[in-house]
Amino acid sequence: MRTLLLKSLLQAPLTEPAPTADDAELDRLAQSLRSAGHRRLGRSLAIREVDAGSCNGCELEIHALNNAFYDLERFGLRFVASPRHADVLLVTGPVTKNMREALERTWAATPDPKWVVAAGDCARGCGVFAGSYACVGSVAAVIPVDVAIAGCPPTPTALLKGLLALLECSDRSRA
Amino acid sequence: MAWLQQTMEHGRPVCAAAGYGRAIVDDAAWIAVAQQLASGQGSMLGLWGDGECVHLCVLQEPLIGILTHACPSRRFPAIGGLYPPALRLERAIHDLYGLEPVASPDRRAWLDHGRWGVHQPLGRNQAAAADGAPYAFHAAEGPPMHLIPVGPVHAGIIEPGHFRFTANGETIVRLEQRLGYVHKGIERIMRGATLEAAARVAGRVSGDSTVAYALAFARAVEAALGVMAPPRADWLRAVMAELERIANHLGDIGAICNDAAFALIHAHCGVLREEVLRAAETCFGHRLMMDRIVPGGISADLQPHAADALHTLIDSIGQRFPELVELYDRTASLQDRTVATGILKPALVRHYGAGGFVGRASGRAFDARKAPGYPPYADLTFDVPVREQGDVDARVWIRIEELRQSLSLLAQLLAQLPRGVVRLPPLPLARHGAEGLAVVEGFRGDILAWVRLNGDGTVAHSHLRDPSWFQWPLLEAAIEGNIVADFPLCNKSFNCSYSGHDL
Ligand code: SF4
Repeated sequence: MRTLLLKSLLQAPLTEPAPTADDAELDRLAQSLRSAGHRRLGRSLAIREVDAGSCNGCELEIHALNNAFYDLERFGLRFVASPRHADVLLVTGPVTKNMREALERTWAATPDPKWVVAAGDCARGCGVFAGSYACVGSVAAVIPVDVAIAGCPPTPTALLKGLLALLECSDRSRA
Repeated sequence: MAWLQQTMEHGRPVCAAAGYGRAIVDDAAWIAVAQQLASGQGSMLGLWGDGECVHLCVLQEPLIGILTHACPSRRFPAIGGLYPPALRLERAIHDLYGLEPVASPDRRAWLDHGRWGVHQPLGRNQAAAADGAPYAFHAAEGPPMHLIPVGPVHAGIIEPGHFRFTANGETIVRLEQRLGYVHKGIERIMRGATLEAAARVAGRVSGDSTVAYALAFARAVEAALGVMAPPRADWLRAVMAELERIANHLGDIGAICNDAAFALIHAHCGVLREEVLRAAETCFGHRLMMDRIVPGGISADLQPHAADALHTLIDSIGQRFPELVELYDRTASLQDRTVATGILKPALVRHYGAGGFVGRASGRAFDARKAPGYPPYADLTFDVPVREQGDVDARVWIRIEELRQSLSLLAQLLAQLPRGVVRLPPLPLARHGAEGLAVVEGFRGDILAWVRLNGDGTVAHSHLRDPSWFQWPLLEAAIEGNIVADFPLCNKSFNCSYSGHDL
């Protein structure tokens, strides 16, 4: 273990420069944040991930955000275990009818101010599952969505851009 | 003669598609098959409905056969009482198709939570209330027992499901699972879909196995059409399948160690996994390689510089992975958590026909790449690791050893990659009602795909059976007598798919 730790110490970090936040997203968000009043989050957001029906592909890429290349925590973004500790719900999947109530309850358990990020094509628009008897549809059909991130699944970079847009806006609205 | 063959010959044969047969059998034969399975003669590969009939796919090595029970009265004799691995599948058939397993010991709904607004969506499809049906969990009795309900929304970044623990102090006396939360209605979406659209859906049954599912679906369609993918496509499909296996095993090994509070291995596995996904992106244009395998071949040949990227990847993992393995093996605090935790008995694994690392860590060597086998694996050299201990540690070691085998397979695949086209010219139209079956080894175990096609080239019916169907129930058994705090560790070492199971 010592050699492994030593090597990691001597190596340059693997972490890559941050992508810039998505401009279109930024504009839309700024709007939503202003109308939502003064939000004082600082540069820190606690994220609660909710799989509302995903195929689990989106979860894999959300997990990747924690690896050394993307290192989500350097931005003050971190995943928390309870909606009661969360500022942001990061929701994936077409919302299945069997998960609708759980999603609504998770949202209700999240204290204000809160934001919802719909991650992936399913969460944005139900994806290939559109029209199924077992799916409600996009996340926005169940709870209000602030940011939607495209992709099937969205790459970690795309996820990061969407989340950074949220962070920058919360900064702007504070200024 | 094998009993399966006898049963098939006594039944009324229908459609002998390439590599397997299907025969219609009566009540008595249906029950007799269950008795054979219950006595350990062969294993069940799948049990599903199509609205008119139920089909039971059985493996009695080396033979695979499908037995069909016609259900004109919308009933069939339940076999779940004799042979418990069939229980949840029978409940699912009833929920979706309304075909009733007569005399089943468990009549509770499984996938239908009373939220769909319809009953039997692929059967009578009647409007129904959508306000949620109560579910009768098994009662826990006696004064020292307490209940711990968990989920469907869990604390980590994982899929939803409900677990109900009955505990005596710290010790788990019983775990009961309730699944179905991510049921998306995939069999109904597939009905009438074009092959192209259906392949995309198949690749989204369980995202972590998108390659394996797309491969299983494509091979089943190819069997129905009586065509074979070009050799180069077969080899590149295997490159993708092995990359997927390596990526997932890395993710799992890291996550298991992380659940034992050893974050260092998790961090390093995360880096290696990212390198695999980046190589996949370079070679095939998508990190998870979604939608690359299609009926008839693959959607595009390797991107330029792909071979270099793969060689670099093989070298890089080959160099750094052994250090992590050594660290795993030598860290007493980690071994203390994984050794002798969540022991799954070999007899149960055989009974349930559980595949993948769950089966192989408890002595069951089945690997669909070897038998029934599919190209190009007969031309490649690899071992199927098997252990007997059945604990979390054994499931970690199976992954470690499989990962090494997959690295060697990748190198062999690259060295012998045939030239030529990667996709058939337009596929022929199917004969109406043509059927195909395929069994493919995903990272988690064997995936079964069965399709029936319409004459206009669309899907009439398809069933995709995730390996998790035969692993989830075993987690209930493996956790008994362990402490609550070890559940995440055991659960991660099984890593069953919720989405693949819930369909
Ligand atoms: S967007 Fe794609 S990866 Fe994400 S849940 Fe939907 S199908 Fe799966």
